[in-house]
Amino acid sequence: MNLITRIREARFWPMLWKEFIQMRRDRLTFAVMTGLPAIQLVLFGYAIQTDVRHLKTVVLDESRTAESRALVAVMINTGNFDLVGAVADRTAMRDAIESGAASAALVIPPDYERNIKRGKTAEAQIIVDAADPQSSSSAIAGAQLAALARGATIIAGRYRAPPPIDMRVRPWYNPEQRSAVFIVPGVIGILLTLTMTLITSTAIVRERERGTLEQLIVTPIGKPSLMLGKLVPFALVGYVQMTVVMALGVLIFRIPTVGSVPLLYLLTVPFIVASLGVGLLISTIARNQVQAMQFGFFFMLPNILLSGYVFPRVAMPLPAQWVGLLLPLTYYLNILRGILLKGTGIAQLWRPTLALTVFAVVLFAVSVRRFSKTIE
Amino acid sequence: MTAEAVVTEGLQKVFQGGLVAVDHLDLTIHRGEVFGLLGPNGSGKTTTIRMLCGLLTPTAGRATVVGHDVERESELIRTKIGYMSQRYGLYDDLTVYENLRFYATVYGLHGRLRAERLEKHMDEIGLSPLRTQLAGTLSGGWKQRLALACATAHEPEMLFLDEPTAGVDPAARRAFWKSIYELAAHGTTILVTTHYMDEAERCQRLAFLSRGHLIGLGTVQEILAQFKQPTIEDVFIELQRRDEGAAA
Repeated sequence: MNLITRIREARFWPMLWKEFIQMRRDRLTFAVMTGLPAIQLVLFGYAIQTDVRHLKTVVLDESRTAESRALVAVMINTGNFDLVGAVADRTAMRDAIESGAASAALVIPPDYERNIKRGKTAEAQIIVDAADPQSSSSAIAGAQLAALARGATIIAGRYRAPPPIDMRVRPWYNPEQRSAVFIVPGVIGILLTLTMTLITSTAIVRERERGTLEQLIVTPIGKPSLMLGKLVPFALVGYVQMTVVMALGVLIFRIPTVGSVPLLYLLTVPFIVASLGVGLLISTIARNQVQAMQFGFFFMLPNILLSGYVFPRVAMPLPAQWVGLLLPLTYYLNILRGILLKGTGIAQLWRPTLALTVFAVVLFAVSVRRFSKTIE
Repeated sequence: MTAEAVVTEGLQKVFQGGLVAVDHLDLTIHRGEVFGLLGPNGSGKTTTIRMLCGLLTPTAGRATVVGHDVERESELIRTKIGYMSQRYGLYDDLTVYENLRFYATVYGLHGRLRAERLEKHMDEIGLSPLRTQLAGTLSGGWKQRLALACATAHEPEMLFLDEPTAGVDPAARRAFWKSIYELAAHGTTILVTTHYMDEAERCQRLAFLSRGHLIGLGTVQEILAQFKQPTIEDVFIELQRRDEGAAA
């Protein structure tokens, strides 16, 4: 038998064929695999905004001078504050914040310009609704910076000299500091984890539950074809999901793809293999589909919280960081963001790549061993 | 073709926890026989079949199926046997035709041979009109026929049937046995387990198992004569009573 015939008649193909028919007919799985990328993208791309900009702001300008208007302009120019109106007094200001019409208020006292002209310290106040510290912190920092900058300009004008220090902050890789740029590459990692672990393990456990796994084992299919036929379809689905998310990310969220996309596809292989290992492992532990689902979600939780997908790992306490180091996704996120946002190459990414490869080899070997035992 | 379809010598299976499911079983099944394996629940019927099909590894003893050792040549055996369990092993979300096509391909059938074989099988068992129906929506009797067709699409030398007629109506059972005889007439050896005594009487030879060991073997007439009972059902109950008495 020649090689082509051997390949064409390999017992792996009918598995692949069958698996795709089943995937298409299982509405829940199909919905999870196609709908989830869309929902995740919209949710995480639009809804989760860790950078809070454009706080609705009212102005209580009791000075009504050129200087006070200059200060308002500087504040608005930071992009952190959107002017939604002027208020006449403190009661109106309080009403605006309490009713939610505004989240910030800029108060400029009557003597503001007078003090500047006399060379005294002019006072101004910015009031921020800080009930949610995360949403107020960047606004507060922005306000302070704006005031310093305005102060420097005034002093420079007074002494007819350029400002002594000109500090220019350059936020590389994400100059507009949009969280979608940070989150959307992560969605790829989360989706692949979900498909490879939860959906794959459920599909394998379903075969055992329905007695078809037993039926397959008595056929001449052989363990390698059986396992590959069960795992490869999900790896292919994973690549499709990844491509779709990346395309939508570029089209809708203007995610940069600075680095080499082929390199990203290549370095995805060890991540997919490692995650399939986890999925296969779950299938050997879970007794039924419900258990497989539960194990799957149990595994997803640390992946979402500790891998650096949404919350920065550097901000976590050390034990949480250590747990994060045990998750393949942590390393894969480095690769995803490195290649897509920074354009890093393999030379800078060898560490996460090595870690993923070790995960892939160990997890896959262990789970294949365990799986082989269960089908004896 | 070698002489015997199945030979076991001192075949034993001890599960984790020390349960002896099959205890030193010596059994020979001839080519072309319809052989019935009887015994109450937990007597070791299924364990025996599972060892012969390579689903379980024997703890001790040896066994050959169609001339090949079950431990060393299980891959070869798998190409020559068919297996149908009580659970049928059908994919509910594939159609009748897709199920058949899938198993036929897994058994190595391709191209025109596969297409011809599938059409023939679907015609024979009357599944042709249902070819695009999902297997999950079939009635019990049709599922059973489809499962048999899937297990025999590659025309195996030997067929293992583990309680194939559990839970189907009498008409379907009768039709099923007709198919079994047709297979046997073409030279297929058949090992079947059942709880129905009328089915037991259709077998050429019978073996009775109780608590993992063989307590009776022979043709229906031989067994009736040997145990001096009017029907196989009486033999069954008598043997079980004796064996449980011996155990106590």
